[in-house]
Amino acid sequence: MTGGGPAHGPELTAKAAAGEVPQSAGAAGSVASTGTPVIEGTPSFWAKFSKSSPLVALILQRLALSVALLFAVSLMIFGGVEALPGDFATTYLGQSATPQAVENIRKDLGLDQPATTRYFKWLGGAIQGDFGNSWASKNSVSEQIGKRLGNSLFLAFFAAIISVPLAVGLGMLAVQYRNRLPDKIINVISLAAISLPEFFVGYLLILFFAVQLGIATFPATVYDSMTIGQRLSAIALPTATLVLVVLAHMMRMTRAAILNVMSSAYVETAELKGLSSLRIIAKHAAPNAVAPVINVIALNLAYLVVGVVVVEVVFVYPGMGQYMVDAVTVRDMPVVQACGLIFAAFYIFLNMFADILAIVANPRLRHPR
Amino acid sequence: MTDYTRYLTSQVTLGKMNRREFMGRAAAFGITLAAAGTMFDTAAKAQEPKRGGHLKLGLEGAAATDSKDPAKALSQFMFVVGRNWGDMLVESEPLTGQPVPALAESWEPSADAATWTFTIRKGVKFHDGKELTVDDVIKTLQRHTDEKSESGALGVMKSIKEIKADGDKLVLVLSEGNADLPLLLTDYHLVIQPNGGLDDPNAMIGTGPYKVTSFEAGVRATFERNTDDWRQDRGFVDSIEMIAMNDATARIAALSSGQVHYINRVDPKTVDLLKRAPTVEILSTSGRGHYVFIMHCNTAPFDNNDLRLALKYAMDRETMLEKVLGGYGKVGNDFPINETYALFPEDIEQRTYDPDKAAFHYKQSGHSGSVLLRTSDVAFPGAVDAAVLYQESAKKAGIDIEVKREPGDGYWSNVWNVQPFSTSYWGGRPTQDQMYSTAYLSTADWNDTRFLREDFDKLLLEARSELDEAKRKDMYRTMAMMVRDEGGLILPMFNDFVNACGKNVKGYVHDIGNDMSNGYVATRVWLDA
Repeated sequence: MTGGGPAHGPELTAKAAAGEVPQSAGAAGSVASTGTPVIEGTPSFWAKFSKSSPLVALILQRLALSVALLFAVSLMIFGGVEALPGDFATTYLGQSATPQAVENIRKDLGLDQPATTRYFKWLGGAIQGDFGNSWASKNSVSEQIGKRLGNSLFLAFFAAIISVPLAVGLGMLAVQYRNRLPDKIINVISLAAISLPEFFVGYLLILFFAVQLGIATFPATVYDSMTIGQRLSAIALPTATLVLVVLAHMMRMTRAAILNVMSSAYVETAELKGLSSLRIIAKHAAPNAVAPVINVIALNLAYLVVGVVVVEVVFVYPGMGQYMVDAVTVRDMPVVQACGLIFAAFYIFLNMFADILAIVANPRLRHPR
Repeated sequence: MTDYTRYLTSQVTLGKMNRREFMGRAAAFGITLAAAGTMFDTAAKAQEPKRGGHLKLGLEGAAATDSKDPAKALSQFMFVVGRNWGDMLVESEPLTGQPVPALAESWEPSADAATWTFTIRKGVKFHDGKELTVDDVIKTLQRHTDEKSESGALGVMKSIKEIKADGDKLVLVLSEGNADLPLLLTDYHLVIQPNGGLDDPNAMIGTGPYKVTSFEAGVRATFERNTDDWRQDRGFVDSIEMIAMNDATARIAALSSGQVHYINRVDPKTVDLLKRAPTVEILSTSGRGHYVFIMHCNTAPFDNNDLRLALKYAMDRETMLEKVLGGYGKVGNDFPINETYALFPEDIEQRTYDPDKAAFHYKQSGHSGSVLLRTSDVAFPGAVDAAVLYQESAKKAGIDIEVKREPGDGYWSNVWNVQPFSTSYWGGRPTQDQMYSTAYLSTADWNDTRFLREDFDKLLLEARSELDEAKRKDMYRTMAMMVRDEGGLILPMFNDFVNACGKNVKGYVHDIGNDMSNGYVATRVWLDA
């Protein structure tokens, strides 16, 4: 199962991401042109509306799109799990499966019905907010997910509030000392961190801080009766690992984006006009550099919630990723579906948020011609 | 230490043998008096376990999908959880594998072994304060044999035709005689629950030495000692914490940094590194699981017994055990039973690597060209390496084996039990009868060597209802010889269960029944401060 974990996690999350990434990648440039009529019959109204308040139009459009995307994701997950060899009854019983026990479980869960019937039955419940019960443990899916999602968010939150300011700060520092020693040191270290697989970074931290020095808490298992202090000490090592893993990506993007803008013609013009360098950065450079940086941050934040199953396994942390992998292993459809939808929703929401921030930050996008 | 001396010391530890008796028997076995004296002292010291402390286990195998219902327990984690809070009717003796009383005080078979009467222990209380009655036992067994049951024990329970009470005794009527019935009732799914768990199968209320205090599937479980336990020779620590650790490196890190006292599933490849840690002790226990190379006896070219024998002699078992399991196992003898089973036929000659004999039988078979062997990493850990090793040892006998590596996904549905020559593994079964019935009976679904022998089937059924142990053992010997010399099974090795604990963990019992001291690890050990 430890082998199955990493293999399944990224695959599924990649699916969720695939639908969304192309849209956001060019967001800064393409948002202005998304005002093309989508609602039939009222082209003039929609065109006018999207022109007068592009932000509201974008949000509405994205919301409609995200519902369609979520639907597509649920269909893909269902199809994917169906396509895996073996169904819930056989995989769950494993070697102790007798034809009778398999038959009993199939009948009990309605697995003897055709796939389409089962899908629409599930969809009917999900639309009304009822994700059903886990087939394996018989517990309510929403209740179980609530706990696991809380754990995942807790970890992601602390990793984010450390890594994002650190990445942006280091990026700016690198620009400031471009091609000099500090820039080179930052670059080498961040490249090294991004090249090491996350589990390896995790093992190194465990080896030094938990086994040899004995100062860090390991395993990072969190449970209900823990105090907040115990929780924080438990997540110290996984948080450090995640920070190291996502830092380089964001830092290098910040550096590249600022450098790119600083070498453009209008910054040179502003310089020649005699503006102060602070004013140039704040008024002219930052708004244009912020969009790609925000996008990279959004992707990394999504990764912190969705893609950390390997780190969860290494540190024995009870998050969403491990929960979903467990469910996929036994083909526990209600749980897989619910997890998949939540993951997809995270990607969609974070990307939308990134686009909105990019528009707010950049006057050229706020007032499209 | 040999099994016999281990048995003797355990008798001392259990308080069943005094010094004189021990010395006498040990001397008879050829142990010097001085050595025997030391052994007695160590064993007697072990006799006084310390009570108290908080025991932490880091175990592989838990999942968020684990059910609290013992009927649906599958994972290694839930196996131990169930043993902590519950009891079965019967337990198996750790060293001999014979059935010994648990919630059933004693039992009596009818002459044809088809009707069994069990006397249920009195004065045993469930964790909720209710007293155990024969009715609870009946309801439990009914829940596991019910037609609608989803119990993992349905397979072993299906021969039970009728479950009834005779006063305060339990009577089980079987559809055919089965001398192994008490051993079948040791199955870890068959935890006796109040009212059979019909009210709430997930309540985790039983008669075991520990009460469940918290449980989060796939994460953690905690227990406190049941002060009303009906047995005094178990449940030494005050509380237990079980943590789900599915990553092998995480388990090793947790044990060597002293965060947990015990871990399971130590990878044979890293065990030598773990041994170097000063605070860690490796616990290696003989097991019933085995790695196999299987040929279909009814499919060409393997329908030729000379070719099958050639391939059996071409297997270098010692090297394979050393290379694939790091020595943590025992060589196999081409039948699926080893000394951990009751009534093991110990006088069968060990088959060894013999290129000359292999070449002789290969010539006799008249086969030419290569033999195609399919394998995959999922067949057993190191299966692909094992296949290549086999290819090398067969080459010396002039047999050309072509190794084909199959994808892991779908191996069990497309290759195993489908293709005529492949690699696979088997977990053990509680009895010889169960093992042979699962995979060597002509009509078995999992007859993965296509061993179709009427005389074997007949013997298997006869042995099942034979109450005379000597006769039965003889029958099992004949069956073992049939599989060994004429079957399609090449069994290079049985794998040991390799676990590890901190040096402060005492009283670990190497139980031949199953992994992790047959699941009883937490109830049997104590902590030495």
